[in-house]
Amino acid sequence: MYEKDGEKYFIVDGHVHFWDASPANQANKYGTGFIDCFYGYHANLSPPEWVWPYERFLKYDEDDMMYDLFEKGYVDKAIFQPTYLKDFYVNGFNTTEQDGAIAERHPGKFITNGSFDPRDGEAGLERLEALHQRWDLKGVKLYTAEWKGESKGWKLTDPWAYRYLEKCRELGIANIHVHKGPTIWPLNRDAFDVADIDHVATEFTDLNFIVEHVGLPRLDDFCWIGVQEPNVYGGLAVAMPFIFSRPRYFAQIIGELLYWLDEDRILFASDYAIWEPKWLVEQFVDFQIPEDLQGEYGALTTDVKRKILGLNAARLYDIEVPADARAAEAAGAPA
Amino acid sequence: MTGSQTTDRAADLTAAAWSALDVVRDPELDEPVTDLGFVGECTVDRLGGATVRLRLPTYFCAPNFAFLMVADAYDAVTAVDGVVRADVALIDHFASDEINAGVAAEAGFSSSFDGLAEGELEELRSQFLRKAVLAGTDRVCRPLLAAGASPEDLAALTLGAAPPSGDLARLRSRRAELGLPAGDDDPLVIDPTGRAVGLEALPLHLRRARTTRVSIEANAGYCRGLLAQRYGS
Repeated sequence: MYEKDGEKYFIVDGHVHFWDASPANQANKYGTGFIDCFYGYHANLSPPEWVWPYERFLKYDEDDMMYDLFEKGYVDKAIFQPTYLKDFYVNGFNTTEQDGAIAERHPGKFITNGSFDPRDGEAGLERLEALHQRWDLKGVKLYTAEWKGESKGWKLTDPWAYRYLEKCRELGIANIHVHKGPTIWPLNRDAFDVADIDHVATEFTDLNFIVEHVGLPRLDDFCWIGVQEPNVYGGLAVAMPFIFSRPRYFAQIIGELLYWLDEDRILFASDYAIWEPKWLVEQFVDFQIPEDLQGEYGALTTDVKRKILGLNAARLYDIEVPADARAAEAAGAPA
Repeated sequence: MTGSQTTDRAADLTAAAWSALDVVRDPELDEPVTDLGFVGECTVDRLGGATVRLRLPTYFCAPNFAFLMVADAYDAVTAVDGVVRADVALIDHFASDEINAGVAAEAGFSSSFDGLAEGELEELRSQFLRKAVLAGTDRVCRPLLAAGASPEDLAALTLGAAPPSGDLARLRSRRAELGLPAGDDDPLVIDPTGRAVGLEALPLHLRRARTTRVSIEANAGYCRGLLAQRYGS
């Protein structure tokens, strides 16, 4: 919980990792390239005093993570989003099992999401079912740019992806987090294209599609989908740190999202350990759309901030929110 | 030839090659690679041998856009008067080998990424030019609206009647590249087929134009920061 000026904010960090990118776990130059890319994001967009040494960034320990998120970082509940990358890392970068083990040692702190890869076919469907049985999944994180041998990515509209989404529906896994990455087949098309999300969101209206990084670098296409599909949400990981380094862009991004999607479909996330929630939460609560942009975008209210920081994710994941941290308009309504 | 003349010749050719690279744009960001800092090295020796090294913000930047920039840089530099051969290469990228070999052999994208692409990149380039047109429309129209123009005014305005500006010139040039109407008598606000956007559709069109501009500029901000982080500013 974060408190400022007598207001309470319930914090759900919608996107955290516990990864191992240590040299011993790097399978090849792509594994090195991947974590270096993450470190570039981290070092470029964190305030200087929040930049970690490279060595620590490669592999951090559980105690540090617990401290950064829950003691220092105000987080009430964090959602693990696994990223397997088995072609890049010997034991995977950040698997459901690695996340789940930590979640079990700290009851009540985490939500463990799973993952699937439609290229795994029939066997993968069984694995998803087993994963669900073991970890009681409420969500999955999908990375469409994951390499798998000769294949350099997949789309949500692939026939096998439909089979997996049907399986999610059957198992009650309602939250589908999608991260569009940069190397999808075929390479001559736009890799970040979010049009496939549009198709499946129309097809699976009972599932929630949370588009990570609010579709960046295709914010425009994402907003256009969001305005048409009420079950499409935007996760703010990667967009959040702009609040420090490029606040005017951040204001415009938030302004666009509020215009096209509304305040109930935007979710805060740190993408820990790329960024730490403490400074993001503090700066977001203090943030306001610059005056000269308010004519176009309006201003952020305390309730909008509350919803983005935690209440929206709490609704998707059935997380109980203390009465004094609910939004004013919902405070009197039954939980 | 004296030593200093030799040096002058190399310096002149090098300067000409740099200017030639000004016309090479990142198709996604719609900005010159020279402004973006993507040209890490560009030199031409006195015999006309050019060496160009391009660099990108991350190891995993999209290979299709990277290929376009390397191929365009190759074309731009080899077109410089006095340049007789060019070694143009992308460094520090997961697909450097494929891209560099493909561009050097003038082999095209599809054959450079055998089995991973199902066609060339012209449609991709057009798709992003269309976005550049939309973003440019916002850059031109927003100041006009702020200065008191009504939607009716904008719907009726032609390119020739709009106040001249760098943004207007850029918009016209992008439209011309796409084969869209770009003459003085053509409407300022057009749809992707080139027809005037009527008054009724104008507000939504301009809203989308603004979002497109915000998206592209935010990306460019990201890319500049990551590049500075990677190579020093």
